[in-house]
Amino acid sequence: MSDVRNVIIIGSGPAGYTAAVYAARAQLNPLVFEGAVTAGGALMNTTEVENYPGFAEGIMGPQLMEEMRKQAERFGAELITDDVTDVKLDGDVKTVTDGSGRTYQAQAVILAMGSGYRELGLENEKRLSGHGVSWCATCDGFFFREQEIAVVGGGDTAAEEATFLTRFAKKVYLIHRRDELRASKVMAERVLTNEKIEPVWNSQVVDVLGEDKVSGIVIEDTVTGEKRELPVTGLFIAIGHDPRSELVRGVVDVDDEGYVTVEAPTTRTNVEGVFACGDLVDHAYRQAITAAGTGCSAALDAERFLAARVG
Amino acid sequence: MGAPKDVTDASFADDVLMSEKPVIVDFWAEWCGPCKMVAPILTEIAAENDGIVVAKLNVDENPQTAASYGITSIPTMNVYKGGQVVKTIIGAKPKAALLADLADFL
Repeated sequence: MSDVRNVIIIGSGPAGYTAAVYAARAQLNPLVFEGAVTAGGALMNTTEVENYPGFAEGIMGPQLMEEMRKQAERFGAELITDDVTDVKLDGDVKTVTDGSGRTYQAQAVILAMGSGYRELGLENEKRLSGHGVSWCATCDGFFFREQEIAVVGGGDTAAEEATFLTRFAKKVYLIHRRDELRASKVMAERVLTNEKIEPVWNSQVVDVLGEDKVSGIVIEDTVTGEKRELPVTGLFIAIGHDPRSELVRGVVDVDDEGYVTVEAPTTRTNVEGVFACGDLVDHAYRQAITAAGTGCSAALDAERFLAARVG
Repeated sequence: MGAPKDVTDASFADDVLMSEKPVIVDFWAEWCGPCKMVAPILTEIAAENDGIVVAKLNVDENPQTAASYGITSIPTMNVYKGGQVVKTIIGAKPKAALLADLADFL
């Protein structure tokens, strides 16, 4: 059993790194799979995080994650920047396989894979991805200086991206299928008072136009069914996220939308020794601080589970 | 073999277009999270492969080159051979996937 670790953590957003900090301080020598290109999680694609407590002046998302990562490392968490491709979670010893085919074993596993952005599901959306269709305003906004572009979505991410993109774009259409934003009040207020943003209510994007790059989009009025073209050169998609639970479906219970279900207020899943936290579980709050909070809970739950087993 | 080379609008023709070896150019910027993910992978590829030159172009400081190649998303990694773009890779990818994309040039 000498090669069997105490705990493996899959995922590295605020949930995964916080679980790593707590598990490492409890001397559980956690092994963290950060993800090959998703390390740091969703905050890596953001700019200023204004609502994470402790940073009065705000902090850049990627910097916050870098700090959490260092904090986990400082207490001895072992970090592997690779994806997990397979898991075997039943029984007393869990097995995890990474992207290079190596296997690792542990008595407990913490799932913190977070969520991935949702696509519109249009054929031309994929084809023009990286050629005007984007999921990362902070990465790609720069290339749309003095141009007319569109953001689709009505939540906080859409509102934040639309606001951010006005630094570059001449005009930003915000396309939303309802007649009011779902975003928080402060974000919605920023959008609605920004002269460069023109909300397009009750509308959905039904096609993306362009040969080599985006030259326009087709939107459909959700009330009248009327279609029209908007001549934009960029389309930023922010219509929400889906939990990244594919890895554990069929093994760990998930709800209708794919979120892993836990025995709240604990982070226990239906599989003994397997815990879940962060956006993989949470479809209600989805904040960096709530993810960090449940990451902490998962580490403490895992610690108690391991202690009870030894005792 | 070696470290990634920083190239600029001014040096692009000499360092990339006139290069005898194929060159992979990573178009990146400080404010791009996924660029930070892919950077260490490219550093490894540079250290481990002799057949290809790994170069980095900061789009913030060198907007002309990025614009002339129609870059609208970063990270974008273009492979240049004989002065021509022969491969375009958009978005951060795991090392194994990047190596597979670059197999013809390594």
